Amino acid sequence: MVDVKELILLVVSSALVSNVVLSQFLGLCPFLGVSKKVETAAGMGGAVIFVITLASAVTGVIYKFVLEKFNITYLQTIVFILVIAALVQFVEMFLKKFMVGLYEALGVYLPLITTNCAVLGVALNNVKYDYDILTGIVNGFATALGFAIAIIILAGIREKIEDNDIPECFKGMPIVLITAGLMAIAFCGFSGLL
Amino acid sequence: MNNAKERLVNGLFKENPTFVLMLGMCPTLAVTTSAMNGLGMGLTTTVVLALSNVMISLLRNIIPDKVRIPAFIVVIASFVTIVELLLEGFIPSLYDALGIYIPLIVVNCIILGRAESYASKNPVFSSLFDGLGMGLGFTMALTIIGAIREVLGAGEVFGYHVMPASYVPVSIFVLAPGAFFVLAGLTAIQNYIKIQGEKKGKDMSKIQSGCNFDCMNCGDMGCGKRTAEIKVEEVKNEESKIEEVKNEESKIEEVKNEEEKQEGGAE
Repeated sequence: MVDVKELILLVVSSALVSNVVLSQFLGLCPFLGVSKKVETAAGMGGAVIFVITLASAVTGVIYKFVLEKFNITYLQTIVFILVIAALVQFVEMFLKKFMVGLYEALGVYLPLITTNCAVLGVALNNVKYDYDILTGIVNGFATALGFAIAIIILAGIREKIEDNDIPECFKGMPIVLITAGLMAIAFCGFSGLL
Repeated sequence: MNNAKERLVNGLFKENPTFVLMLGMCPTLAVTTSAMNGLGMGLTTTVVLALSNVMISLLRNIIPDKVRIPAFIVVIASFVTIVELLLEGFIPSLYDALGIYIPLIVVNCIILGRAESYASKNPVFSSLFDGLGMGLGFTMALTIIGAIREVLGAGEVFGYHVMPASYVPVSIFVLAPGAFFVLAGLTAIQNYIKIQGEKKGKDMSKIQSGCNFDCMNCGDMGCGKRTAEIKVEEVKNEESKIEEVKNEESKIEEVKNEEEKQEGGAE
């Protein structure tokens, strides 16, 4: 059985210490693009948590019972990207049909995640560190939680700096990147936790 | 031959994927801790980009339009897997340094973007040079960013000491936050050039800052369509707000008119 203590440590390390955006640089596009308002950032965060948790479960099962069984693990990149793309489409259709409330909350953001490198990154990391399926799902959930935390904080800060007087050429992306850099420094502090 | 030269110059300077279009930011930030890593990542991406451009250009009349994006992704993923295995076998040091970012070349929007916007519409020869030009432009950008970070963070370039002995390395630049700061500096310079150019009346619309809803170029049609929808909604919201304000203004005017009439009646 997997140790519960180890799982909790994994959650802390994946969500805070090695944060997916701020220290691994995965999923930067939505992080910078959809962080203008806290509301949309929270929607994006929710969608990412949902998709990554599901995707790490599905890719974990496929890796164990298909790729390893037939000894074709070298095909993992191709298989994972196709599975993830199909999964996102399928989830969108499923939610639209059966869970309208959730679809209305997350629907707009789902297709944006299809080619998000964070989803593929988590699946590949799970394989790289030899996580079993349960640990992989927990790792996926924690990583996505880290993404949600980071994007909501960034959106909050961006709403505040909107009214500030910034030098002309630093307006837009540069100031957001500096904010992200300062957040990355702050998140470095979490490395003392473990 | 002219065409080939034009494609190379286009990729290296006019439409440099990193400095001008700001595409493929994840690997740009993640692997540029040193100039060497930047160069390695850039060349790896160039190989994949050139090969997938050639393959997609060859298949451009066979692939049905509706399934072209998944087909492109499969082609790209196959080449990435080949390159990954070759690197693991022949240059293990680079393979270890780049780690998970090699398979992640699959989702680099530069590659899918070139497949969608160039290789799927043009003959093999110019597609090859388009891929090479874009790839070398990317390589150049990664090497420069890597060199800047290495100089500031360790006082070295390609492992050779270049700064005077009295220089104290600012190690934050080789850590994660440094990547954001260097990129912020670069985008600020890019903005500055854009503003200066616009003042002189030049067309600067090609210069983009970040994936900030500019994913129209990255070839992911679903994403592009969705972002367009979000934009349309935003515009609609703003328009309805403006209308509300106008309505209120007209109401206020009506009230004023009535008041004036009443005043006139009282006199």
